[in-house]
Amino acid sequence: MTTPRARPLRVGPHALLVEVAGGEAAQALHTELLRRRAAGTLPAVTEIVPAARTVLLNGLADPQALAADIVHWDVPPLTAADGDPVVLPVRYDGADLAEVAALWGVAADEVAAIHSGLEFRVAFCGFAPGFGYLTGLPAHLHVPRRATPRTTVPAGAVALAGPYTGVYPRSSPGGWQLIGRTDAVLWDAAREPAALLAPGTRVRFEVAA
Amino acid sequence: MTGSGPDARTSGTDKRVSETDDRTTGAGSGAPALTVVRPGALTTVQDLGRPGHAHLGVSRSGALDRPAHALANRLAGNPAGHAALETTVDGCAVRTTAAVTVAVTGAPCPVRVDGRPAAWGAAVRVPAGAVLDVGRAASGLRSYVAFAGGIAVPPVLGSRSRDLLSGLGPEPLATGAVLPLGAPCGPPAHADAVPWAGPPVGGLVLPVVLGPRDDWFTPAALRTLARGAFRVAAASNRIGLRTEGPALERAADSELPSEGMVLGAVQVPPDGLPVVFLADHPTTGGYPVVGVVHEAELAAAAQAVPGTPVRFVPVRG
Repeated sequence: MTTPRARPLRVGPHALLVEVAGGEAAQALHTELLRRRAAGTLPAVTEIVPAARTVLLNGLADPQALAADIVHWDVPPLTAADGDPVVLPVRYDGADLAEVAALWGVAADEVAAIHSGLEFRVAFCGFAPGFGYLTGLPAHLHVPRRATPRTTVPAGAVALAGPYTGVYPRSSPGGWQLIGRTDAVLWDAAREPAALLAPGTRVRFEVAA
Repeated sequence: MTGSGPDARTSGTDKRVSETDDRTTGAGSGAPALTVVRPGALTTVQDLGRPGHAHLGVSRSGALDRPAHALANRLAGNPAGHAALETTVDGCAVRTTAAVTVAVTGAPCPVRVDGRPAAWGAAVRVPAGAVLDVGRAASGLRSYVAFAGGIAVPPVLGSRSRDLLSGLGPEPLATGAVLPLGAPCGPPAHADAVPWAGPPVGGLVLPVVLGPRDDWFTPAALRTLARGAFRVAAASNRIGLRTEGPALERAADSELPSEGMVLGAVQVPPDGLPVVFLADHPTTGGYPVVGVVHEAELAAAAQAVPGTPVRFVPVRG
């Protein structure tokens, strides 16, 4: 299968932003970069930061050399990862549950079954330590963010915005639609690993008993 | 500042809890420690930061004026990676439980030990129980206070730096807080002339390598970036140096999906006013980055007081 080539963009003297066709291609490129780093075939790099349709490589000695090389890579498409996904128990009682149900065109008590029946993948992190942007919602279940963000969203809130599901690692302001809450600890700096949901992690939500 | 994050409205948090929890380490236990007498406007513990965690949403953080931080450590006889204090504008005062060698660098300021004038930019011996007072910056913004042995709070992800955006690392100093010190590991260094670039005189000149998203702006906007009279805005902080001046006009009105951000990135939010990302910057953001300032230039940016003229100089490579 032929994939569209990556487009490397210059980011200062020591970084490269590699833009690809979309979210799935970005996750595939991120996976390939990690594979090459583990195999010792990637030039030394301080940070590999995936995002919505890019991967940033920071701390490169010669970003232009990697840019010239990366356009020739054949990046394998994303495959189902081995091993078990992280499972997060959720009480589906979020403040925006009724609104999400209306946007989905279902009854409020159907949201839990639909959301917990899907499998997600951490596409990237940002906003706060351990906040993952999880892909896996089909296009017809995408919802807009709230017109007015809340000043406080509780830690563990499970929320939707655009194509993403996210879980707030700590209490913070937030503009995503809240559908439920988990007791899982998303971020603990004293734990190894600190982030429960790192890029590439598969995630399932289950209805808490 | 993050644009498409879960909370696009806020540019970061600065939660200041009254006191640290680890009062048991330090005073009274015999180990050398500091007790905060006057925390100042914002004094944080900083070392060289925690690189390598941006994919988890954690920025490098660390001292904003790295050369000044390194010099303070060298004068105090410490390796470059030891944690020191970074003050903001009006310094701080601490009492030491044991005699300790200290050095103050960065923004020049009066230094006093129990009220008596002491040297700035040199190793100073502070007796046990004395109060070290680091005064208001005469020029610049941020002074660095290194203690022989370094500040020995527990590291978080390999660093003792306070990251004001992520909330990682020790809380900003508060009156009465106790900070443990490590064991001195080397003799203090002597320097005849203290090399410090100083606050930018007559203006801050920031060379900018254009990209990755310079094509999101009109040619007129790129000319404005190069020729416009910008000034350092008062809302600047450890997350970013904000500017006021002419707005940069975007070529397209579309929305940029979140992408990785680097230190020194010049991000342009919808108001068109460039923000230069400093050590506690967000790791991803949804506003276009017109160019990137080389890290070596950011020490001067960290010392530029509000109102300082800023000139961006587009460079190739």
